[in-house]
Amino acid sequence: MSRVVLTGNLKQYTGGVTELELESANVRQLFRALAERYPALAPHLEDGLAVAINGQIYQESLLEPIPPDSEVHILPQIAGG
Amino acid sequence: MSQALKLDDKAQELKWVGTRPVRPDGVDKVTGRAKFGADFNVPGMLTGKVLRSPHPHALIKSIDTSKAEALPGVKAVITRDDMQDMASEFVPAGEMLVNYRDMVRNVMAREKSLYDGHAVAAVAATNAAVALKALKLIKVEYEPLPHVIDVLEAMKPDAPLLHDDMITEGVEPKPSKASNVSKRVEFGLGDVAAGFDKADVIIERAFDTKPVHQGYIEPHACVASYTEDGQAELWCSTQGHFVVRTHCARMLGMDVSKIRVTASEIGGGFGGKTVVYLEPLALALSRKSGAPVKMVMSRDEVFRATGPTSGAHVWVKVGATKDGRITAAEAELKYQAGAFQGSPVQPGCMCAFAPYDLENVKVVGYDVVTNRPKVAAYRAPGGPISEYGVECVIDELARKLDLDPVEFRLQNAAKEGTHAAYGPKFGPIGLVETLDAVKSHDHYKTKLGPNQGRGVASGFWFNIGGETCVALNINEDGSATLMAGTPDIGGSRASLALMAAETLGIDYDKVRPIIGDTSSLGYTFLTGGSRATFSSGMATVEAAQEAIRELCVRAAKIWEIPEDAVVWEDGHAKPAGKNAGDFEPMSLADIAKMAGKTGGPIVGYTKINAQGAAPSFGTHLVDVEVDKELGRVTVVRYTVVQDAGKAVHPAYVEGQFQGGAVQGIGWALNEEYVYGKDGRMQNPGFLDYRIPVASDVPMIDTVIVEVPNPRHPYGVRGVGETPIIPPMAAIANAVADALGIRFSELPMSPPKVLKAIEAANGAGD
Repeated sequence: MSRVVLTGNLKQYTGGVTELELESANVRQLFRALAERYPALAPHLEDGLAVAINGQIYQESLLEPIPPDSEVHILPQIAGG
Repeated sequence: MSQALKLDDKAQELKWVGTRPVRPDGVDKVTGRAKFGADFNVPGMLTGKVLRSPHPHALIKSIDTSKAEALPGVKAVITRDDMQDMASEFVPAGEMLVNYRDMVRNVMAREKSLYDGHAVAAVAATNAAVALKALKLIKVEYEPLPHVIDVLEAMKPDAPLLHDDMITEGVEPKPSKASNVSKRVEFGLGDVAAGFDKADVIIERAFDTKPVHQGYIEPHACVASYTEDGQAELWCSTQGHFVVRTHCARMLGMDVSKIRVTASEIGGGFGGKTVVYLEPLALALSRKSGAPVKMVMSRDEVFRATGPTSGAHVWVKVGATKDGRITAAEAELKYQAGAFQGSPVQPGCMCAFAPYDLENVKVVGYDVVTNRPKVAAYRAPGGPISEYGVECVIDELARKLDLDPVEFRLQNAAKEGTHAAYGPKFGPIGLVETLDAVKSHDHYKTKLGPNQGRGVASGFWFNIGGETCVALNINEDGSATLMAGTPDIGGSRASLALMAAETLGIDYDKVRPIIGDTSSLGYTFLTGGSRATFSSGMATVEAAQEAIRELCVRAAKIWEIPEDAVVWEDGHAKPAGKNAGDFEPMSLADIAKMAGKTGGPIVGYTKINAQGAAPSFGTHLVDVEVDKELGRVTVVRYTVVQDAGKAVHPAYVEGQFQGGAVQGIGWALNEEYVYGKDGRMQNPGFLDYRIPVASDVPMIDTVIVEVPNPRHPYGVRGVGETPIIPPMAAIANAVADALGIRFSELPMSPPKVLKAIEAANGAGD
């Protein structure tokens, strides 16, 4: 199981939950699992989010594998100037 | 994916990466041959001009273009009626999500003019004089509305509303009334109240910063040519021509494939050329007139109508124990977004305390609309503003604890394994190394003169990767043409050529790097987020590796041995051991010469979504001297230390460091938008909006720290944005050291400094 941390304003869509444990093989599966558990979160998972897997930030990378027992943070997407 | 090299092992073997050859585009730029946005011309071209609103906030009741259309020489006039309305939909563009409903209204005002300079109509005519005359013939009936310029004023309940339907997101319960606050965001770890209870010393202070422009010397410019069969070509100065294509296709209702965008040479962007202003208008005018249309902004238009970065109100509170351990940190950030939502307050929140290893931290941010131009990205968007406040408070805390400011930072510095204040753990990072380098630098030990002070500040930026394509064509004479899709704004063609030469094992001069247009490569995200050398570099190495694989296959065919019996070393195909046979190694040129007869052209093509970007930390050290009679602050010595991962072309890395420091000096000491009571900008020109010139700054010294990014083939981290973060705080800390006065408002311009000195003297009398 991976430890999943929701950062920023995402807790508004999970009833205040910011940490949970989920088993997902990749980012897409993680998003699906989160959307099933928290339907209000679903629209916000489609765009504008990044996923940090064991500290490494991945953006627009739905098929990125999530190793077992990872620490996963979901955070706003980053770009730059 | 690329395989990361073990740089420590490879360091001695690198022949090209880490060297300083002349840039491939250098000669054209110093001889004036390079074509920038305004240099492009096509036969039969019309001149396009924009009519801009003089009102910061007004209903547009009617627009009468009949007299302008009747003027001889006028070929097309467009208004809001020529731009299709768009649904509210957020898409990534530059550093933030952009809403097309807002974007189309920013490009051409619809229901209201929301800032001085907002476009309300555009004309294409046979020459500029006719176009300008036509603009005067357009009659716009405005109903002026109360306006609001200041961020704190805009947040008041009775402030004039820019958007009647703006309900603040991120607030529970959801507000029932509209306001100018687009959203509230919050990040944090631990328990700040408990953390502050453990503190022996707490510093709490509020800061104000002004919007500042990126100050690129080249104004926005483009040429659009829309043809009878519904296709279009566009040439423009941009940081991302694929992004321009996407936005224009959406706004003009065209297939993406029917627009071909070519990026010109670019005379500076710094984030400000990640959005579109003229391009959709030029395309619409060309479509309506049936002729190519060229549009070039004046400097006045650049200031009044394009996005600076936010001005802001920042509150910071940090507590620490007597022995110098930070126990809690908190900040509240209120950022101006300009006329439409989307300030960089979110990354500002995430960056604020990123250099520190904190157990208890909370940052709240507000995105606030005001009657100013919509903000655009500016190097590390959002970061310089929040980190300015934080680094000033860190400095003040160190002084109060009687600790050396570098030692205090070292004691609390983030390192590999630290959970960033925004959540994830850092991988290998180089903040401690930059602080150590400052501590041991001659600059830090040099004695200060009279009226001088010294300041230090650190900074952080994330850096990104993203969608990237590169084509590497091996030519028949053994040279190589490298085509990238990231416009070169900081010397990336040189760095890409170096990485191609290193990987292929050929000379740097044998690689010709160019920027391909949008029909020549697959989608490539813009040059921004300090990603060009990282992402296009990663793609370049992969393309070179693909070409090498094919070169080995051709050698195997020529030698009539198995493909896996050939290896590539030092730019040559060689038999892999004695059992493979005894053949003379073949150079890349030998194989390329025979390519046509051994299977056809040899090409490496990469299409990736580059992941593995690593953050860059920097620490700046500055000495200032204050003229107490004039209030003028002069920067007398400046040293930038930053982690580059690996400096592929050290001269251009140093150039990024120096450029950031100089822009930061302007931000700290002089630059600001000045608005009159009428809501109009009073200083839209470089005479009155004062960016630093060469005589304002000393030679900026640089130290490149190299803590390799393990996810890049050559260890690269982006370097372009971090250098703009520390200067404002470093200079404010130096001024505080010189005068004993803590300034909490930027810029620290002579009138403000003099006033503060006089007040301090008066208080002391």
